[in-house]
Amino acid sequence: MAAAESYPEELKYHPEHDWARIEGDEAVVGITWFAQDALGELVHFEAPEVGGTIEKDSSYGEVESVKAVSDVIAPLSGEILAVNEQVVEAPETVNEDPYGEGWLLRIRLSDPSEAEALLDVEAYKQVLADS
Amino acid sequence: MQTLLRTPLHERHVAAGARLVPFAGWEMPVQYEGVAAEHRAVRADCGVFDVSHMGELHVEGPSAHEFLQSVLSNDLDKVGDGGAQYTLLTNERGGIVDDLIAYRLGAHHYLLVVNASNREPVFTWLKEREVRGSEVRDATDEYALLAVQGPRALERLGLPQAKPFTHAMGEVEGVEVMVGYTGYTGESGCELMCPAEDAGALWDAVVARGAVPCGLGARDTLRLEVCYPLHGNDITPETDAISAGLGWACALGKKFTGADELRRVKEAGPERKLVAFVMEERAVPRQGMPIAGGGVVTSGTHSPMLDRGIGMGYVPADRADAGAELVVDVRGRDRRATVVPKPIYRKES
Repeated sequence: MAAAESYPEELKYHPEHDWARIEGDEAVVGITWFAQDALGELVHFEAPEVGGTIEKDSSYGEVESVKAVSDVIAPLSGEILAVNEQVVEAPETVNEDPYGEGWLLRIRLSDPSEAEALLDVEAYKQVLADS
Repeated sequence: MQTLLRTPLHERHVAAGARLVPFAGWEMPVQYEGVAAEHRAVRADCGVFDVSHMGELHVEGPSAHEFLQSVLSNDLDKVGDGGAQYTLLTNERGGIVDDLIAYRLGAHHYLLVVNASNREPVFTWLKEREVRGSEVRDATDEYALLAVQGPRALERLGLPQAKPFTHAMGEVEGVEVMVGYTGYTGESGCELMCPAEDAGALWDAVVARGAVPCGLGARDTLRLEVCYPLHGNDITPETDAISAGLGWACALGKKFTGADELRRVKEAGPERKLVAFVMEERAVPRQGMPIAGGGVVTSGTHSPMLDRGIGMGYVPADRADAGAELVVDVRGRDRRATVVPKPIYRKES
């Protein structure tokens, strides 16, 4: 079942509908409820390789639903420590739990100060309201 | 900017929370709850699709039969009263102007149900070739059309079972309908046609009887699993009927537009063929993706029943047999696929 709309307060948001949970010099990243709802049920996550790097504001992979494919934008830069294999195997996990079981990557931040440019929940909700 | 047309059921779709998208000039529901759930409902039980955007053309008059025989590929002599037939409107090159279903309403009266995107080209094509004693009339706006599809569709509607490609008058909760035993999902079921003003009452009755509202998203995944071609994707005025694997719908023994060219292609053997394939790696093929060796994907999706990427596409004839290995260029990444017999999905029986 699809999750109910929510935007957790403790997360940082990127206006391209990505979230980051910052934990020291690491972060877990994924796509927001809005992004998964716009796409519909995900059927494929084209994931990058562990050990590679992602760069803030650039695409690091693709999420695909029955009808559409979308680039996933990195909210922060860093080295990929882990790819959520559960999402690779069962992409609908993102629809069911976009901020929990449906995380996409864990990264080691190359520049923790980048987080200052991200949005808090209120600012992100404003992005959604304006779109 | 062009205004989108709306079916008589537009308000019902909005109220049901459908996601509406432009399609062939119409504002149509692409999904309600979700494509996969709707798809499974049709495979397991019963779903209902508003297909009122499809075109309905009456062809009537003492020459109607003879006229249609000269422009449609299939043999209308095989259709008796109460019958219907899948057929093609072909051009001089054997290309497909549209694929459609012709319902025989009487000896001198046929109803053609055509693709929404081709309603005007087909109407114009027929009007330009109309002969004395046959009249073509576009009645699309007069009707609503609901496809009720799935193994329990007829039971839920309280309609009798009947042979595929027949039609009869019937009634659902007091609404008089023409029941066509046809569809585009590979499941049993029917298509119900009623006057536009009765559409809301018919939709409500069908939904109350347990049919799950389904959008164009599920319609596309369902038809692709069973390899029904989609005009504009898999078949076009530039693709001939033989290469598309639709020779079975071409009566090459009779005279019709493009028959000579189709006979030639059949005799020589097509250079390329429309095949069905499944992905061997995680990837979703999409229309327009190149297939290595000179092929192209014409339809692709993720199959909800098989949980893998599936598609159809044209490939050189020497790569068209079941088991042939293909490589699809998925946005710059090579992904392996295998040609499979049609249909891709077959019900376990």
